[in-house]
Amino acid sequence: MPAPIRLRELIRTIRTARTQAEEREMIQKECAAIRSSFREEDNTYRCRNVAKLLYMHMLGYPAHFGQLECLKLIASQKFTDKRIGYLGAMLLLDERQDVHLLMTNCIKNDLNHSTQFVQGLALCTLGCMGSSEMCRDLAGEVEKLLKTSNSYLRKKAALCAVHVIRKVPELMEMFLPATKNLLNEKNHGVLHTSVVLLTEMCERSPDMLAHFRKLVPQLVRILKNLIMSGYSPEHDVSGISDPFLQVRILRLLRILGRNDDDSSEAMNDILAQVATNTETSKNVGNAILYETVLTIMDIKSESGLRVLAINILGRFLLNNDKNIRYVALTSLLKTVQTDHNAVQRHRSTIVDCLKDLDVSIKRRAMELSFALVNGNNIRGMMKELLYFLDSCEPEFKADCASGIFLAAEKYAPSKRWHIDTIMRVLTTAGSYVRDDAVPNLIQLITNSVEMHAYTVQRLYKAILGDYSQQPLVQVAAWCIGEYGDLLVSGQCEEEEPIQVTEDEVLDILESVLISNMSTSVTRGYALTAIMKLSTRFTCTVNRIKKVVSIYGSSIDVELQQRAVEYNALFKKYDHMRSALLERMPVMEKVTTNGPTEIVQTNGETEPAPLETKPPPSGPQPTSQANDLLDLLGGNDITPVIPTAPTSKPASAGGELLDLLGDINLTGAPATAPTPAPVPQISQPSFLLDGLSSQPLFNDIASGIPSITAYSKNGLKIEFTFERSNTNPSVTVITIQASNSTELDMTDFVFQAAVPKTFQLQLLSPSSSIVPAFNTGTITQVIKVLNPQKQQLRMRIKLTYNHKGSAMQDLAEVNNFPPQSWQ
Amino acid sequence: MIKAILIFSNQGKPWLSKFYQPYSEDTQQQIIGETFHLVSKRDENVCNFLEGGLLIGRSDNKLIYRHYATLYFVFYVDSSESELGIFDLIQVFVETLDKCFENVCELDLIFHVDKVHNILVEMVMGGMVLETNMNEIVTQIDTQNKLEKSEADSQLSTCLHPQGGQSLKCEQCRKEYI
Repeated sequence: MPAPIRLRELIRTIRTARTQAEEREMIQKECAAIRSSFREEDNTYRCRNVAKLLYMHMLGYPAHFGQLECLKLIASQKFTDKRIGYLGAMLLLDERQDVHLLMTNCIKNDLNHSTQFVQGLALCTLGCMGSSEMCRDLAGEVEKLLKTSNSYLRKKAALCAVHVIRKVPELMEMFLPATKNLLNEKNHGVLHTSVVLLTEMCERSPDMLAHFRKLVPQLVRILKNLIMSGYSPEHDVSGISDPFLQVRILRLLRILGRNDDDSSEAMNDILAQVATNTETSKNVGNAILYETVLTIMDIKSESGLRVLAINILGRFLLNNDKNIRYVALTSLLKTVQTDHNAVQRHRSTIVDCLKDLDVSIKRRAMELSFALVNGNNIRGMMKELLYFLDSCEPEFKADCASGIFLAAEKYAPSKRWHIDTIMRVLTTAGSYVRDDAVPNLIQLITNSVEMHAYTVQRLYKAILGDYSQQPLVQVAAWCIGEYGDLLVSGQCEEEEPIQVTEDEVLDILESVLISNMSTSVTRGYALTAIMKLSTRFTCTVNRIKKVVSIYGSSIDVELQQRAVEYNALFKKYDHMRSALLERMPVMEKVTTNGPTEIVQTNGETEPAPLETKPPPSGPQPTSQANDLLDLLGGNDITPVIPTAPTSKPASAGGELLDLLGDINLTGAPATAPTPAPVPQISQPSFLLDGLSSQPLFNDIASGIPSITAYSKNGLKIEFTFERSNTNPSVTVITIQASNSTELDMTDFVFQAAVPKTFQLQLLSPSSSIVPAFNTGTITQVIKVLNPQKQQLRMRIKLTYNHKGSAMQDLAEVNNFPPQSWQ
Repeated sequence: MIKAILIFSNQGKPWLSKFYQPYSEDTQQQIIGETFHLVSKRDENVCNFLEGGLLIGRSDNKLIYRHYATLYFVFYVDSSESELGIFDLIQVFVETLDKCFENVCELDLIFHVDKVHNILVEMVMGGMVLETNMNEIVTQIDTQNKLEKSEADSQLSTCLHPQGGQSLKCEQCRKEYI
């Protein structure tokens, strides 16, 4: 068989290929040749073949059949073979292949080889791809090499130790004694890697950190020597001696000085020296300065030093070199939390960076600008940010829009300004606005009562020209539906009122409905808006009726449902229409903490009721809640927060807990399918703190007697009690509802309310049907927190369907046994 | 830590790829492709730091690159490395290559991939910077190369060919002789 071609030949051949297919063909031919050569177990040419295989692997062709060959090469005695073998191992093998464990023995032998280069190769491979098993086996050898006097090996051993520690953190202790003398080395390579090793150890374990703090003086000395020493040709990079080592030492000093006054004090001088003496004309000097600044900001440095650091960053910002500016912006972002005022001084420069051509710089500048916005500069900043929104790349628009909304919410100087800003964002970046912004905006608009006319007029004008941006159209449709009468009446204080007729308004809403660009959600908004206008407009009711009835046969199920209901409203419930389509009340706002948090969906639930369920959702549950509250010596009325139920309305809500209110009303009022996402109200931790898992109760035989809480019309509800071991103020009540009549009770909903001093949590029931003849029960768990150990009282409300009619009952439960709450 | 080091041409052909974290082959190729896309779009006077693409840059990984005539040198690093430091490191790497290859050009890198790997192995180990002193690296590389050469020579010199037997091919060094 002819000798396999050299790597160079192969590369030359591949380069002559003109198409991908030709290249593939050549490579396949060569792979076949290599495979047969491997089969022949040819020692001489193995290394050549593996080298070629590695090249083909880099181009993207499969090379796994070479893995075993790499192992054979490693086991060979020749240095050339070993070199290629280890390289192949690093490129082709990793801890996911089982084959790699076979290397362990070879590496062990090579770590003790007589030639230092072989030892070096072994260390290198272990440090690159050693798995945790390999590291465990070979850690001892590495530790031995860490103490050797050969600097070539020592530095490699140090980095290998870092890898071992990363893979098997428990072995860190083992390397501790070897680190004693590491910093006494003269060789910069060893120093460098030792500092890396020390950094890794300090980052991983606070004990190590405390132990190594005593090294601070030594590090300071080394750094001083580096700066003060004259020109040293070997380590020189652009006139500065060993900048890499300087940067590493500064980083380690940063970690050691954090939160520690003594170390920080020891470092102050040297940091000031570095900061003032380093030459900034080349990138190298700037790298060192950058690291110094980061260190100063992180440790407990004195204020003079901090001012110096921020000034250096300010100088960086004005530098022509883009890299320096990018780096300055990044570090300012990190320091803006702690040294806000100092960074504010550079605000104008930062805002200028928004106009830079470079994408990376723009992104950093945008983030920093948002961090710098406060009550004083909001107007100016917003102007700049809006201009930025206009002209920036699409990938920024969503983030920028959310940021603007957040800033406007926090610092808006006036309502009108706020609304103007929002309108501007909607019109310029309307399609990039996040979905949850729409309900936020609607809620904001309802709250600013005196601006309604102005708002609806502006929104109307905005969508007149262009109704393709969905969030804008949604908000506009909603507002027109609510405040259409204000629009038509032509009263507007803030602005020149426009003359709009009812027909024109309906025209625009209908075109939104018809347009291909409107999503299903938007169409829903538009249809509801048209419906609402039937009570606000006087002369176009017939037209509205016609539109609504047309959509009764729409293909879109959502639209169809709405149209049919509205039709029914016209036909059968006309007397209720005006009450139902009344203005929305001002909404309570759940505290938001970010653009992802959204307001409850009260505004989104359609005012029209579902199907034939008689009581409409509007004001009724609130009044019933009020009843319950009154009876218990209630308090301020907080409107019910319905959880938009993800499943059937009959389920008595999920884990709903009103953190602020005292009354916990669970249950789901009429649930029109809402377009907005569900608000996530987090569970309080108190109930879960005491209970580590569910169910976590005392023994069932805790001796607390169970009670019959309610028994009427064949429906019986029993309470059984358990007290939590870990939290004595928590009582867990399990209710069981049974039905002794001859017909099932369906859509059973259990609601409960407790007095002010208690807190209640209602978990999901097992089902919503109580089967007849006591054949089964519904179980539900209630958790009551009673910190003041007051007597437990509860008012319950039951709703269900029985014998074809809807039943409802209120009752008070007073017969709780004393053991359940004492 | 350095996650990956890539060298590729202006057309996106990889001349060196070294990954310091286990990625599957497909992922590796994807990363190379994506990096090339990101980097080739860049203008000449923008900064040399990029937030990475989807695959490798999801967390705090950054892409630091330098463009030398027809080659892109790209280092993927995470936040524990100083960006400006790595920027200098690339320069040191290129200067070392220059010293080892005597005025290095793209063809040198293409045809001597294994040698480039050997140099890289002396500079970066396990994703961490090992040695930055150019002269030190060059000395070590030279010594190792000499070792290889002496091995190859000794193999030839110990073989004095006729070992008995009529075959025209020497069993030891596999060379055909007359």
